[in-house]
Amino acid sequence: MSTEVKDAPVKEAKIKEPSEPLFSKKNKKLITDPLNDSNPITVQVLGICSALAITVQVKQAIVMSLSVLAVLIGGNLIISLIRNIIPSRIRIIVQLVVVAALVILVDQVLKAYVYDVSKALSVFVGLIITNCIIMGRLEAFALANKPWPSILDAIGNGLGYGWILVAVAVVRELFGSGSLLGFKLLPEGFYNFGYMNNNLMILPPMALITVGVIIWIQRTKNTALIEEH
Amino acid sequence: MQFLRNIFDNIRPNFEKGGKLEKYYKGFEALETFAFTPGHVTHNGTHVRDAIDLKRTMFLVVIALVPSLLFGMWNTGHQHFLALGEMTGLADGLMDKFLFGALKVLPIVIVSYGVGLGIEFLFAIMKNHSVNEGYLVSGLLIPLVLPSEIPLWMVAVATAFAVLIGKEVFGGTGMNILNPALTARAFLFFAYPTKMSGNTVWISTAGESTVDGYTGETLLSQAYNADKGADFGGIAYDAAGNHFGSIADTMWASFWGWIPGSIGETSVFAILLGAALLIATGIGSWRIMLSFLVGGLVMSGIFNAFAVNSFMAVHPLQQILMGSFMFGMVFMATDPVSASQTEMGKWIYGFLAGFLGIMIRVFNPAYPEGIMMAILFMNVMAPLIDHYVIQANVKRRLKRVPVTA
Repeated sequence: MSTEVKDAPVKEAKIKEPSEPLFSKKNKKLITDPLNDSNPITVQVLGICSALAITVQVKQAIVMSLSVLAVLIGGNLIISLIRNIIPSRIRIIVQLVVVAALVILVDQVLKAYVYDVSKALSVFVGLIITNCIIMGRLEAFALANKPWPSILDAIGNGLGYGWILVAVAVVRELFGSGSLLGFKLLPEGFYNFGYMNNNLMILPPMALITVGVIIWIQRTKNTALIEEH
Repeated sequence: MQFLRNIFDNIRPNFEKGGKLEKYYKGFEALETFAFTPGHVTHNGTHVRDAIDLKRTMFLVVIALVPSLLFGMWNTGHQHFLALGEMTGLADGLMDKFLFGALKVLPIVIVSYGVGLGIEFLFAIMKNHSVNEGYLVSGLLIPLVLPSEIPLWMVAVATAFAVLIGKEVFGGTGMNILNPALTARAFLFFAYPTKMSGNTVWISTAGESTVDGYTGETLLSQAYNADKGADFGGIAYDAAGNHFGSIADTMWASFWGWIPGSIGETSVFAILLGAALLIATGIGSWRIMLSFLVGGLVMSGIFNAFAVNSFMAVHPLQQILMGSFMFGMVFMATDPVSASQTEMGKWIYGFLAGFLGIMIRVFNPAYPEGIMMAILFMNVMAPLIDHYVIQANVKRRLKRVPVTA
């Protein structure tokens, strides 16, 4: 996945702004917007690869979301702190170094504490480096904003990514394996009656379709998102 | 007829503007135009109108499907009794076999129509557009491409999936990229593979014990297993495990269709009856059918020439008689919505679908029926083919334009 290169970061305005409260209206919007109106997956359509690949089970989806959240917060914070000393010509490389370092950290933590999930996620933890959401947020937000709003933005986008992932995983695990978080949810009687797990749910195409259905539902509820033709 | 007219006229006020069921007018309209020629007239300007509208078009295809459906019912019964070793003669117990099959097949048809039309009506009312008749055909095609032992709830799930994701999402009849009936089949094939392939799904044994030598395999799976050491050489067994005798006998059986398989696909004869109607009325494109046939023959001819296993060595003629090649050719590939629209495009589209169908069938043992995959694949490619055909035409004609500098 490639990252969209947004406009070069705007130079910080020199005028001293009056300090604003930590959770001002503007700051709150940084968290709530990505959950719905500018959701990274369903509206900006970023980070789709991982959403399709690791949503077979809820557990994997949760771990993946947390990993991305952690990397995103760390990345946004660090880039925001050093935003004024990064030469803009090599900013992508600097971002990659920061993100890669964080991803390796996360990978090691996962290997140490949840080895089985780490095995199941395989390369997808490493591929967080190339996740468009992370590069996108660094480029579009952290490079031009102060640390605190950057952290909030990271939390918002991480959660926005996470809830879609978990929602897709719930659908796929429930219908694909009849369980949630590994617990058998459907009673044995169902199967005796002729019910069968849907194999297609475990295959990647169904993840795409599930994401599509979520986008469909979201746009019927939030008509502002429907594009003009 | 007057009696029906009266009913419609009596309830009509309820559905018109201001009536208490105004919301459901589109549903009422669908039922009314189904029974009678619509009373709409053109309001402005003069238009030439053909007597054939979408509803009649679709209904002609349904009529073309009837031979396959009736034969499928009989064959379901025939295979059942053959497996039990009763009434093994073709002419024995015609009514018994037919009734047994009808009891198996009709519920599938009813579920398919019920679920599909239910969703169509729902969307028509929600989106306030007329109910499209496209589903009349899909609703009958779906049962015909399924094994008779498929559980009914799976039919319902697959139908809902095909209508919702395959069609309504793209904007309903006429806007779908994929053939809805094949979407339903592909859904079932990947979602519940154990109910869509193998030896136990094609023939209903109704829980009774079968005769010795019973296999229940389709010709295709016999041809595959031949690779694993079993003898095939173009000669197959019927459901009861009786040798068909010679290659000619096997081909004869698959031409008439008294072999295990999906409900409507086995009888090439019944399919050809339908094809004749489709071609005579101009509804099915003969270009697609012909090029599809040629594509299949070419591919199996190539395989035959370079055969390294017994499945590749199967005679081209037998190759196209087996499985759902004919059914896909006549009823699936010719779907006017998902096929190519340009005349040249139809030749390319049909040829490649037949060509790829045989290729997938022979090369990939995981997909016992490559025809479905090939047609779905070509459905996706059809707009691309059309695009290049049109661009080529534009280029050709532009050359004739005098250049004015």
